[in-house]
Amino acid sequence: MLITFGLLMIAAPSLAQDSEHYFLDPMGPIARAQRSELIWAAAIISIAVLPVIVCTPWVYWRYRRSNPKSTYTPDWAFNTKLELVQWGVPLVIVIALSVWLAQAVYLLDPYRTIDDEMAERLDTGLTGPPVMVDVIGLDWKWLYLYPELGVASVGDLVIPVGRPVQMRLTSDTVMQSFMAPGLAGQIYAMAGMRTRLSLLADRPGTTVAENTQYNGPGFARQRASVRAVEDTTFAQWVDDATKAEPLDVETYARLAQSTDLDEVRSMFGRTPGGPVVFSLAEPQLFDRVMARYLNGQPVPPEQQPGSPVYDPDAAILPEPLAMGMMGGME
Amino acid sequence: MNIFGRLHWDDLKLWEVFHDFSIDSLVASGAAWGAVFAFVALIGWITYLGRWGWLYREWLTTVDHKKIGIMYMIMGFVMFARGIAEGVAMRSHQATALDGGVLSAYHYAELFSTHGTIMIFFVAMPFINGFINYLVPLQIGSRDMAFPMLNQISLALTATGAALCMISLVVGAFETGGWTAYPPFTSAAFDPGPGPDYWVWAIAISGFGSTFSGINYSVTIYKMRAPGMKFMFMPVFTWTALCTGILMTFALPPLTVAAIMQALDRYLDFHFFTNDLGGNMMNYANLFWMFGHPEVYILILPAYGIFSELVSTFGAKRIYGYTSLVIATMSIAVLSFMVWLHHFFTMGNSATVNVAFGIATGLIAIPTGVKVYVWMTTLWRGRIRFTVPIVYMAGFLILFTIGGFSGIILANPSINWQVHNTQFVVAHFHNVLLPGLLFGTLAGVHIWFPKAFGFRLDERAGKITAMLWIVGFCLTFLPLYVVGLMGYPRRSAAFDDPAFVPYMIVCVIGAFILLTAFAGLFATLYISIRNRDRLAVPLGDPWDGRTLEWATPSPPPPWNFPVIPEVVSRDAFAKEKSEGRPYVLPPEYRDIHLPPPTAAGLVIFLATTAFGFAMTWYMWWLAILSVVVVIGWLVMRSFREHEEVVIPAVEVRRVNNAWIEAIQLGKGVNRDHETSSANRGYAASDYLKEGA
Repeated sequence: MLITFGLLMIAAPSLAQDSEHYFLDPMGPIARAQRSELIWAAAIISIAVLPVIVCTPWVYWRYRRSNPKSTYTPDWAFNTKLELVQWGVPLVIVIALSVWLAQAVYLLDPYRTIDDEMAERLDTGLTGPPVMVDVIGLDWKWLYLYPELGVASVGDLVIPVGRPVQMRLTSDTVMQSFMAPGLAGQIYAMAGMRTRLSLLADRPGTTVAENTQYNGPGFARQRASVRAVEDTTFAQWVDDATKAEPLDVETYARLAQSTDLDEVRSMFGRTPGGPVVFSLAEPQLFDRVMARYLNGQPVPPEQQPGSPVYDPDAAILPEPLAMGMMGGME
Repeated sequence: MNIFGRLHWDDLKLWEVFHDFSIDSLVASGAAWGAVFAFVALIGWITYLGRWGWLYREWLTTVDHKKIGIMYMIMGFVMFARGIAEGVAMRSHQATALDGGVLSAYHYAELFSTHGTIMIFFVAMPFINGFINYLVPLQIGSRDMAFPMLNQISLALTATGAALCMISLVVGAFETGGWTAYPPFTSAAFDPGPGPDYWVWAIAISGFGSTFSGINYSVTIYKMRAPGMKFMFMPVFTWTALCTGILMTFALPPLTVAAIMQALDRYLDFHFFTNDLGGNMMNYANLFWMFGHPEVYILILPAYGIFSELVSTFGAKRIYGYTSLVIATMSIAVLSFMVWLHHFFTMGNSATVNVAFGIATGLIAIPTGVKVYVWMTTLWRGRIRFTVPIVYMAGFLILFTIGGFSGIILANPSINWQVHNTQFVVAHFHNVLLPGLLFGTLAGVHIWFPKAFGFRLDERAGKITAMLWIVGFCLTFLPLYVVGLMGYPRRSAAFDDPAFVPYMIVCVIGAFILLTAFAGLFATLYISIRNRDRLAVPLGDPWDGRTLEWATPSPPPPWNFPVIPEVVSRDAFAKEKSEGRPYVLPPEYRDIHLPPPTAAGLVIFLATTAFGFAMTWYMWWLAILSVVVVIGWLVMRSFREHEEVVIPAVEVRRVNNAWIEAIQLGKGVNRDHETSSANRGYAASDYLKEGA
């Protein structure tokens, strides 16, 4: 029964929404490597685990009290060879897994810049220079800034296929965790701190960008698409966004309120279900959001997005801090 | 100033359903009314029976470790009822949660926060405290804990935490940031309401109690062992209790400190974990998991101890690989402090840090694997009796191994980046805690209930209940692995992928089976109480036990042993039986001195509960008053003479001789009749003759 149940459970994900790629159906080499890591780890651990699952029913049956044929050794309490096996097998497996684990972590480190060498080890190729994306976690949506391209978007993350994406993440509210399962997994975003994540898609498709760290009643709605598109489509998207309403400090203050994507659309007069893009009028927005919490001044709740008393009119974004002061804040 | 602080009529959950009717408010108000009715009914019932005096003398003021252990267990089961109800409510919500659900997102958040907090701190912790309290002095041949009054105070402080959680169900609301209560979400800037304050005081106050317990257990085991009981003669359960005691002593203070630091942030505008002015929630994560990871082993090690006793008793063998078990237990205790960072592989650590903690986490799998193999080897070539505990053991061995499997998967940071904070993690920790801690607890209840109350629990009802727990667990939690791999975040009140729906329906069916299983526990208890004469085992050794607690009548007298036993080997009682000299009359009896009853725990319970409530609602006068009461009472008490209760030697002789006489009149019962009414607790050790 357990086995049938297990098989059913494993087969059923194929029913999932085919438009969205997730971890077991990756659209990039990092998630793919993570999937094979899962499969290999599971296979190696099974060497230690399967004997228990198989032998328990057998031992129970064979050595039941009502079976007079079984051997009975009530005082037997030690056997050197058996002890060596019992300690040795898990030890060897853990050593094997540790070597495996270390290699994978160094290779897939989210802080690592995806270069040609890494791409080669992941058995994929790069078709262009990296795209820089700054991510700001807000209640209850993700804000993406493309400072080099002068555009921004809320909810919808668009990236070009074959080009590494280098993200810097922070939060302008409580702690959150950005996760794009079809591409590379997750990293936390925390106010006043800066984390990093590298993504790479090697085929077009859509996965989801979700928040996995609870941050209030809108938490479950903090999910939106991540689209990997061909270069030309990406250029077209950027071009369209450049013509959109500018995102400056005042617009940002309104955006930072506790609202989900639908509420943002209606607040800014966008079409329901449609994209929310901006041209980026304030290229240093990410650093200014970071500086809000790092300039040594208290930030009253009225000026902290996500607080129930946050007031966009009272919110002030300070100038970015000098480079040296940001040093230890990664 | 208002004497009720910031408390208003509208904070009573009871009214919510009348103000604003919905399924959501009905569930919230219904639970509040349920708690109030249950409380009033309990008070009324005790009054009707006229049992207040008895309750006060025999239970509320007792320092007897056995009664304190039983009270811990009762507290655990009461809180368990609430935890299960919340679990079922959440699963019911999730079955309807495609783009919505029957409960509000806020209410759902409250449910997962209280469910986690209650299950860990006020169900699991009381369970293990109950077992350790009950068993350790009996197993090491001692009369009581090293610090009996402190033991009572620890119970009182844990009860305070539980009481604050129950009060939050009726008055105000609990926090919504999960049982881990990560700031800044729980800080004053984002949640100024009473919820996080309830959490802070429930955790901080009960944290002191657990630290005291840890010290008490460690000192008891170090100092109070019967003459001759070397460390390597101790029963395995006592070993796990010792490791748990050490872990509690060192792991609980970081939690208490983290909770108090949160309180300083919230009340006095400190900036430990705020977003601004240098506050850093990473420090909270470090402190919390410095407690949180050892906590997992605080909970599981005593369960390992129960399983170790179980395999050798019901497999009718000496435990195989005792030394390995001891070394494995100690290694787990030490390693448990070295892995906390695996709870935040995803917070931007350097690759080397992630590798180090990933490997350290993997290392724990070695001693754990050894334990599982040792238990199987103990059963191998045994004579396994299919009693209720052995059913739980089967469920444990298979399901816990699956939980270990997913644990090793999670220990790999590169995979963890994908499954952290998803339902996969929820599946994993339930997969470890239910088959491990819960099955261990329930198996342990079946084993030691006859010791505590003098009659066995009904086998048939017990087996049905055990099967319900096993099946219910599989249905409720195994599907979560799959949706977790598909990226369904934990703590999420809704989802948008229709593929999750079938899994969530299986989950809710499982949840109702678990609810039935919980009811099955009470059915078992009811049936057993009804048939208690037929199930009675007053002679004390119904299972052919191996350790010293079975060498006493059931229930044991308040002084445990008429004379402190001399120990010459492991499995002290089994050794006596194999040499044919159990139940010998001691050459002489002496007066026994026991610590007197005290109201210390009761005073501290009332005062600290008032303190937590007052701090939550800003009733400063009451907070100050309760602190004055605690300190004043302790100071006054220290001036009193050191009293003792003296049991005269004649009385000890009378009780002990009567028991031994009853044994000599009876005939030892063969293991084949273990579950029949012929079993009066005098076991014929048939296996020892055969094995000799």
